[in-house]
Amino acid sequence: MKKYIISFIALIGLLSSAAAQTTAAAPKIDTGDTAWMIVATAFVLLMSIPGLALFYGGLVRRKNVLNVFMQVFFLVGIISVEWVIVGYSNSFSSNSIEFLKPFIGGFDWAFLNNININDLSPYFISHSQLAANGSQVGTIPHVVFIMFQCMFAVITPALIIGAFAERINFKGFVVFSILWSLLIYNPVAHWVWSADGWLFKLGALDFAGGTVVHINAGIAAIVTAVMLGRRRDYKEHALPPHNITYVAMGAGLLWMGWFGFNAGSGLAADGLAGNALMVTHIAAAAAAITWTLLDWIIDRRPTVVGISTGAVGGLVAITPAAGFVGIGGALVIGIVVSLICFCMVAYVKPKLGYDDSLDAFGVHGIGGIIGAILTGVLASPLIQASYKGAIYGNFHQLWIQLLAVGTTIIFSGVGTFLLFKLTDKLVGVRVSDKNEAIGLDETQHGETAYTIFD
Amino acid sequence: MKKIEAIIRKSKFEDVKQALYDVGIEWFSYWDITGLGKSTEEQVVRGQVFKSGYIQRRMISIVVRDVNMEKTVNAILNSAWTGETGDGKLFVSDIQETFRIRTKESGSDALFNK
Repeated sequence: MKKYIISFIALIGLLSSAAAQTTAAAPKIDTGDTAWMIVATAFVLLMSIPGLALFYGGLVRRKNVLNVFMQVFFLVGIISVEWVIVGYSNSFSSNSIEFLKPFIGGFDWAFLNNININDLSPYFISHSQLAANGSQVGTIPHVVFIMFQCMFAVITPALIIGAFAERINFKGFVVFSILWSLLIYNPVAHWVWSADGWLFKLGALDFAGGTVVHINAGIAAIVTAVMLGRRRDYKEHALPPHNITYVAMGAGLLWMGWFGFNAGSGLAADGLAGNALMVTHIAAAAAAITWTLLDWIIDRRPTVVGISTGAVGGLVAITPAAGFVGIGGALVIGIVVSLICFCMVAYVKPKLGYDDSLDAFGVHGIGGIIGAILTGVLASPLIQASYKGAIYGNFHQLWIQLLAVGTTIIFSGVGTFLLFKLTDKLVGVRVSDKNEAIGLDETQHGETAYTIFD
Repeated sequence: MKKIEAIIRKSKFEDVKQALYDVGIEWFSYWDITGLGKSTEEQVVRGQVFKSGYIQRRMISIVVRDVNMEKTVNAILNSAWTGETGDGKLFVSDIQETFRIRTKESGSDALFNK
């Protein structure tokens, strides 16, 4: 720790001497950008509670709905605290140990130490300005960037809930989620988004978290679903959702919140954010309609669960691409993701026989992989001039995307396996058969969602 | 006085209600029930089509005077029928006593249908 402090003091000295020499105008907070980013942060929180809680809560059986709400709500609490203690620092700060630099951040910003409220964000996408020390900084306060990223750190482990819902013991869930955030999410966020990250330096494109959030969580989902085993009542097909109204409300809130998620990821209120908003909306719309048509043609009726799932699949897939593709790319991504995710959920999952309760892998994992790969294909120089995909002749981008997807799958897969095993050894992960039959609301929390009392 | 309880298809509820109105029975309770039985229901969730053993039905409960029993039973039996497995069940049982709370009337005077 001492070493950090010394190097920090040295850095301060350097900064102040640089400040004395430069003549550039002092960097200023842009009020428009900042206002939008604060709103976008709130939007992303809305995706977790109540968006994802409703979406997942409606899909489980009535005896387990509160357990799902509790899991999402608890993560909002615990991961936010983890984020300011070490999470942000591990994800976004620079590591003083040279060989670890590309893989994980250090502890300089632990407890948000050394960060003042008027500091400008060191991270930016299209809006930057010259800081006093000659480096480029963004136009929003650093603390706003930290909170925006905090919401991402919260929703990622929450997405995994869909895989182990209805059978995990709450204590096991808490231990696993904390370990997973510390040891899987933070490093992967560092790889892809930090200025030192090795995937960032390679030029992997992930605008709003297709790799970090969706593939990461989706792979953890399939691993935990297989390791935990099937639910006692699972018979090769989905168990009927208990409240489809919740599912649709949750999907609607996710859709709305995703505007903050994607259009906020440009870290500014500008044309790029506008484009992200547009392609996000269009991809979700195209995916929702595609899934509905599949339902209608193959299973005779358009279903509400189907359109909600399709919309979420489209939102997942457009996430990495939102800052790189135009409207044509959005339509292609929306249609392709629904076609593939539908086959995954309707045919491949029952064939393989794993019980991914709410299709966290089938929708988030597969949707994220499709989105990340298609970003490498469809990225258009008309959106950001320096990023081109395979259809514009830049096949190199596609290989980088595949590399990013592949390493995330391996890291998340192996890491989740080890952490889940460890959690099982420490506190146990599965509830008893009897408790599973009674329901997790009653046995884990002593509450029931739909009481007969006034 | 008899209590008539019938488990019927939800899709037949409107027909049964109309048939009961037609024979002058305008007073009954009903609620949704879930049960297990020989019948199965086809369900579609996210593209997966499967048969579910949990069967959604509606239960109707009516207390009538003895004289009205036969027409009530017949109305339900005819209107709830489709001929397929899963049309439901109908139970008739004796009711010992009935009171109307407002007037304290008892016996069959307390029942709505004359």
